[in-house]
Amino acid sequence: MVPFCPSLGMQSSAGRPSRREGGPESSAEAHEGRDTVPTRTGVGGDTRFDDPWYDALASGWGELDGTGAPAPAVPSARREQENRGGCAADVYLEVQRSAAFREVRSRYRRFVIPGVALFFSWYVGYVVTATMAPGFMARPVMGAVNVAMLAGLGQFLTTFLFTWAYARHARLRRDRAALDLRWDTQELTRGLRGGGS
Amino acid sequence: MTGNHQMLALVLFSAFVAVTLAITTWVSRHRQGSAEEFYAGGRLFSPMENGFAIAGDYMSAASFLGISGLIALFGYDGLLYSVGFLVAWLVVLFLVAELVRNCGRFTLADVVASRMRERPVRIAAGTSSVTVSVLYLVAQMVGAGSLVALLLGGTGKAAQSWTVIGVGALMVIYVSLGGMRATTWIQIVKAVLLMGGAVTLTVLVLVRFHGDFDLLLRTAAERSGHGDAFLAPGLRYGGDWTSRFDFMSLGLALVLGTAGLPHILSRFYTVPTARAARRSVVWSIGLIGGFYLMTIVLGFGAAAIVGPQAVRGSNAAGNTAVPLLALDLGGGADSTGGTVLFAIVAAIAFATILAVVAGITLASSASVAHDLYASLRRPNAKPRSEVAVARTAAVGIGVVAIALGLLARDLNVAFLVGLAFAVAASANLPVLLYSLFWGGFTTRGAVWSVYGGLIPSVVLVLLSPVVSGSPDSLFPGVDFQYFPLQNPGLVSIPLGFLAGWLGTVTSAEDADKARHAETEVRSLTGAGAV
Repeated sequence: MVPFCPSLGMQSSAGRPSRREGGPESSAEAHEGRDTVPTRTGVGGDTRFDDPWYDALASGWGELDGTGAPAPAVPSARREQENRGGCAADVYLEVQRSAAFREVRSRYRRFVIPGVALFFSWYVGYVVTATMAPGFMARPVMGAVNVAMLAGLGQFLTTFLFTWAYARHARLRRDRAALDLRWDTQELTRGLRGGGS
Repeated sequence: MTGNHQMLALVLFSAFVAVTLAITTWVSRHRQGSAEEFYAGGRLFSPMENGFAIAGDYMSAASFLGISGLIALFGYDGLLYSVGFLVAWLVVLFLVAELVRNCGRFTLADVVASRMRERPVRIAAGTSSVTVSVLYLVAQMVGAGSLVALLLGGTGKAAQSWTVIGVGALMVIYVSLGGMRATTWIQIVKAVLLMGGAVTLTVLVLVRFHGDFDLLLRTAAERSGHGDAFLAPGLRYGGDWTSRFDFMSLGLALVLGTAGLPHILSRFYTVPTARAARRSVVWSIGLIGGFYLMTIVLGFGAAAIVGPQAVRGSNAAGNTAVPLLALDLGGGADSTGGTVLFAIVAAIAFATILAVVAGITLASSASVAHDLYASLRRPNAKPRSEVAVARTAAVGIGVVAIALGLLARDLNVAFLVGLAFAVAASANLPVLLYSLFWGGFTTRGAVWSVYGGLIPSVVLVLLSPVVSGSPDSLFPGVDFQYFPLQNPGLVSIPLGFLAGWLGTVTSAEDADKARHAETEVRSLTGAGAV
């Protein structure tokens, strides 16, 4: 896949509300949901409606069909608190502790930390070599092309490769899980607000 | 340069100004006057549009004319520059773009303030953002003035002054009437023009050398008079240890500064989601990388075809290398082709400056209105008035930029762009990264990290050879130079990170775990993002 892939817009959040009861802490169900919903959730150009945040109708569904289901354990415990800010903060702490979120975070970090370390040291190494060892950089390789020219064009090439790899990793390994979490978190905070007021 | 060039260049440039003013009028017709509309253009740009706009915001005349000129004069050392400008985007892509889109609303301070005590953090981040923007803006304004002198032969002071005033007036009109939507479209138009111009010239250069890059390099090296040394680093930055460390300092500032530039950060808020922000950065990396690759060909092409002597004779800094190359590629000074190509390049350079200054003005007016004014005003103003404040701030910033541009007209301000990057990397990047990634970061740490990067970088520049103590300084007559490097980044960037850490560990209060959780969850998932 190329980094510039066009996203497949999802017209509504069909299929999402049914998983809402699981809550963010049920990572197993989140994973299952990822497999059973093959549609790629993408957000493209004019996609006011692709984004769950804008989708007021879908966000209401959870309240309607969720009445018979057991309420998520954590929110129901917090629902008695009057302070909305406190409630929302508890939701975020709860989500932060959930296995699903820790999975997304560690996937992000496992890619980004080595990636940054790699391209940053490659760049610093390039600049230091160019300023400190110009003799080595001037060594001819082929025709007029020398080590410096190869290293400089190599920086361009690796930048493009890193960009491609990051975009691909984020698209395949993070986007779906992050969107699920976003949805669940917003449902929880909204549910709390509804219960508190 | 004959009158024909100037006429045609002026006509083309007037056409660009007319188009941009038409865009501004058309956009302001649909204006709703909300902050969302003014600062973020309604947040509904597509990744491709935003990618072009980012590229248009980032590629200044300094890149188009400056870097290729540096390559034409100093060979490989000019290429070193462009690598820093490009690799910087990986920092933006990996660490900043998506998370900032998810956490913030309009400015850098939004991200930090979401988990800190709002007022001190906003004042600090707002101050450093405005500082960076004004430094960058003055460099562009002065650049616009000297560009006119170079390209149109208007050597008179009056032509330069009127250019500075005209550019300032136009950018204020774009920003205060059209807001982010007009600015974005102007940047898109400019990016398309710039890429088109660069592609045309690159193809012509490569055709001239029958597609043989090796031949191009060998001819450039021969013509330069330096031989193979032209193709290796060291001609400009290879002298004593000071100049070597100076380049390392600049390289560090370039690669870390981009992620702290306020006008770049504000562009991520114009798309609906973090995913769209990521895809716009991917687009812009493609465009910017392709553009810098072409400047390499253009720079060596100018060295091979025009020759460094002719370039240096026209402008000591090499800024006319590409226009001279265009003249030659079109068929020479007296041919129609040469006239047309020269005029096109000159008009693109103007368009470039206009689009860049508009973006910076918008970002700094957002910092003034959204961060500084909102923190310092009496707490009874209506929310609607913030956009009015931002429009007024745009006018005020325009006036300040024009005044400073006129004052600095005759000074050598080439260091200002590097300085703006250094301040952004020292004051803005540490606080941004700590806020996003460090759970224990506190309000005091945030404030210390901003001022701990901002103050040293500005003070070190005041004590550096660019201000005093050498024949090329701003004030050659006096000598209070105590810091050897021209760019403070090597010292001030670590100081910014250190100050943030020190402020946090000496802080009496503990970090708010709940608000850190909110920042972390929101930044990685987009929950609650606007």
